[in-house]
Amino acid sequence: MTYIPTPPTGGGCRTAPVLKERGQREVFCGLTGIIWLHRKMQDAFFLVVGSRTCAHLLQSAAGVMIFAEPRFATAILEEGDLAGLKDAQDELDAQVDRLLARRPDIKQLFLVGSCPSEVIKLDLAKAAERQSQKHGPNVRVLNYSGSGIETTFTEGEDACLACMVPVLPETDKRQLVVVGALPDVVEDQMLDLLRDLGIDTVRCLPTRTAADELSVGPNTVFALTQPFLGETHAALLRRHARHLPAPFPYGEEGTTAWLAAIAHEFDVDAETFARVTDAPRARARAAVAKASEALRGKSVFFMPDSQMEIPLARFLARECGMQPIEVGMPYIHDAIHGPDMDLLPAGPQISEGQDVDKQLDRARAARPDLTVCGLGLANPLEAEGLTTKWAIELVFTPVHFYEQAGDLAGLFSRPVRRRNILGLEAAE
Amino acid sequence: MKLSVWTYEGPPHVGAMRVATGMKGLHYVLHAPQGDTYADLLFTMIERRNHRPPVSYTTFQARDLGEDTSHLFKDACRDAIARFNPEAIIVGASCTAELIQDDPGGLAERMNFDIPVIALELPSYQRKENFGCDETFFQIVRHLAKPMERTKRVTCNLIGPTALGFRHRDDIEELTGLLSDMGIDVNVCAPMNSTPSDIARMGAAHFNVLMYPETAEAAARWCESNLDQPYTKVVPIGVGATRDFIAEVREITGLACNADDSRLRQPWYAASVDSTYLTGKRVFIFGDGTHVKAAARIARDEMGFEVAGIGCFNREMARDIRKVAKEYGVEALITDDYLEVEEAIEKIQPEMILGTQMERHIGKRLGIPCAVISAPVHVQDFPARYSPQMGFEGANVMFDTWVHPLVMGLEEHLLHMFRDDFEFHDDAGASHHGGQAKERVAEAEAVQTVTDDNVIWLADAEKELRKIPFFVRGKARRNTETFAAEKGLHEISKDTLYEAKAHFAR
Repeated sequence: MTYIPTPPTGGGCRTAPVLKERGQREVFCGLTGIIWLHRKMQDAFFLVVGSRTCAHLLQSAAGVMIFAEPRFATAILEEGDLAGLKDAQDELDAQVDRLLARRPDIKQLFLVGSCPSEVIKLDLAKAAERQSQKHGPNVRVLNYSGSGIETTFTEGEDACLACMVPVLPETDKRQLVVVGALPDVVEDQMLDLLRDLGIDTVRCLPTRTAADELSVGPNTVFALTQPFLGETHAALLRRHARHLPAPFPYGEEGTTAWLAAIAHEFDVDAETFARVTDAPRARARAAVAKASEALRGKSVFFMPDSQMEIPLARFLARECGMQPIEVGMPYIHDAIHGPDMDLLPAGPQISEGQDVDKQLDRARAARPDLTVCGLGLANPLEAEGLTTKWAIELVFTPVHFYEQAGDLAGLFSRPVRRRNILGLEAAE
Repeated sequence: MKLSVWTYEGPPHVGAMRVATGMKGLHYVLHAPQGDTYADLLFTMIERRNHRPPVSYTTFQARDLGEDTSHLFKDACRDAIARFNPEAIIVGASCTAELIQDDPGGLAERMNFDIPVIALELPSYQRKENFGCDETFFQIVRHLAKPMERTKRVTCNLIGPTALGFRHRDDIEELTGLLSDMGIDVNVCAPMNSTPSDIARMGAAHFNVLMYPETAEAAARWCESNLDQPYTKVVPIGVGATRDFIAEVREITGLACNADDSRLRQPWYAASVDSTYLTGKRVFIFGDGTHVKAAARIARDEMGFEVAGIGCFNREMARDIRKVAKEYGVEALITDDYLEVEEAIEKIQPEMILGTQMERHIGKRLGIPCAVISAPVHVQDFPARYSPQMGFEGANVMFDTWVHPLVMGLEEHLLHMFRDDFEFHDDAGASHHGGQAKERVAEAEAVQTVTDDNVIWLADAEKELRKIPFFVRGKARRNTETFAAEKGLHEISKDTLYEAKAHFAR
């Protein structure tokens, strides 16, 4: 396999100086990961041990997704729980018993730590162990932290997947594990592509149900579909699996490079690779070209949110003709983000962390044509006359691989086209 | 610990944010972990505000906890004052910061700012959002308001409206107009639209209009004892309540004033013949205490409904709601657990629900029409159009809102007449719900069914039951079973069905 994307002529961003800032961060905590993870893992329940604030956050983020029987809930700490810690463990056991009795269909239960539970050092790992013994083998109880003090937004998924890795069965099998929760339709497209390339031992983490087979070992190689999986990456390395570094599968180029890294590992010949990818590549290129018409030559500014910013900036710069001004990331992980940084043309300010008021000052001064930011900032910036794309949608919407490449460009071009159509004046 | 899926109220610091965001020239410095900024989007998205809430968060992270986090808080105060130049700041802690040892109030006071610093103690593990509003506004008023000379003309303060309040924006406008008709000016409207210097001149008003007891009762009481200002006890939601409110204001002010009701259409609409079919519609009412209390009166006395159940989620109003329930001969449901509300609704089988966003979803699931009367609400209940709940226009708005989801008289009559018609069969669903009509399948043979209580529905009774329109069938089934249980019957025949119908006829 010989496909390698052409590096930018002026050099990439990998060695560019990074602006590191600390201050007020306008970001979600990791608990929000539950909103999309519970849709993916059909027999899992997420029990947050936290405060009313945590419950309120989940509700606000879940928006209209009110189900008769949702598969997440919050065990709200009350004053009595804060008085003595032993009590809290008994209380938690009682809540779990109640929950599992009510929901016999649940096969995996995640005890999700929050800021309050971490600060009072409530030992959820021990609780998970105890409850696994009590409710096993029917129900597997695991624990991770989605607290704001430890995790930012998508890192919640990372923490969740990472807590599953140590308990996976051991295997010597030569296999590929694809890591990251993808919408089912996207996951199926990916599996079809890999199968057509002749790679047939492919597993996904997370699996759709607890019963789906997944194991890991020294002959396992893994590829990431999401850029925010640092902890999971480390946990898999500890299980002696090997990472296949690649740009992330956004856009035609990203998808091709991602597939090529895997094809290279599995000795797929160039002819097969071309046969499998040529048609969807052409389709994706055409779709992106059409959807990105409104974006050509426009500037874009990314506020930090999901760690998807660098790969997305790469896609927008190379495939949609945009000029990134600043690319903010909550965290930068060289082993994971490096391949995309190599391809992102030098020029934009790369920033890590946030001091939101200072960053807003920079955005206002730069007057970007499009600002990618969270919902707390989007309307206020629109009112100041800046066009925005709210970032959380990029996590919920199918955006990976060839067939979604046009949709991905469309997510960014729609607000730009809308502003043109409405001819908006800045709101008062 | 309390297992919770959906919550009616946020934590108390969100209440404080609602006060701060409603005001201008006030800044809130909140000691809180990274992530608590999620609450900003309630204001920028649900209420569609065009500016960020005036809140600075310390957003501490795990690595900060090893050292002294108090400097983060002090830096945040200093930066906020330098950047936003507020007239006053309020400071406090969110639930996590409450667990670490910093004392925001003490820290901020020792920094000797030349603007007022108001410290908030909001117990996150005991109290909730509405308490947060009430307490925050009370503290602001207590710190800033002073006794002063009354205005020459009779004026009042409107107190209670906040950011993220259900229809607060338009209620302010409606009440201001109503009072203006009566020759009364508004001195200060607070917290919404006020600045700290406005709060300082609240004492000039002759009395206070307490718009929402949930968010301002503590402040109203404080003004009563410290500024010698009486406050109104009637909340003017509904025609009757509005007239009582006018009478109360007349008594307080001694003005022989009247209000212009020339645009009040609700009474005639409710009296017109098409509304006859509303008579005795069984409604279940749930929400915050104030709106529930008002809705119950409107439902019974102004719409002719039967109040079949009543309840509220805020314990602060429990006593009031219990009293109202007694008056209406029903049991009060005081709970913040939406599963309990759902259970109650299933049991009562009302023909309509007046509730919050949660009840809207319960109604959707059970196929019962619902209108929203109270927070928590979603973005569609912060409408662009003028839609108050208070005063005379509020009464017009509510008539339309409540009747809209119901099958109106003529429509209901036609449905009965043509209930076997191919377009009105069960699976066609209600036209106004946008349900997708399914092809009518050949009618399956009715079989005997056994209910939980071991009552057997004979095949002919089951078949007859299916002829009853879907929107009243649940009630018919329940009534018949109750009737059978009372009579000690174990089988329900077609006759039992009609005997029950006669028994429950009204």
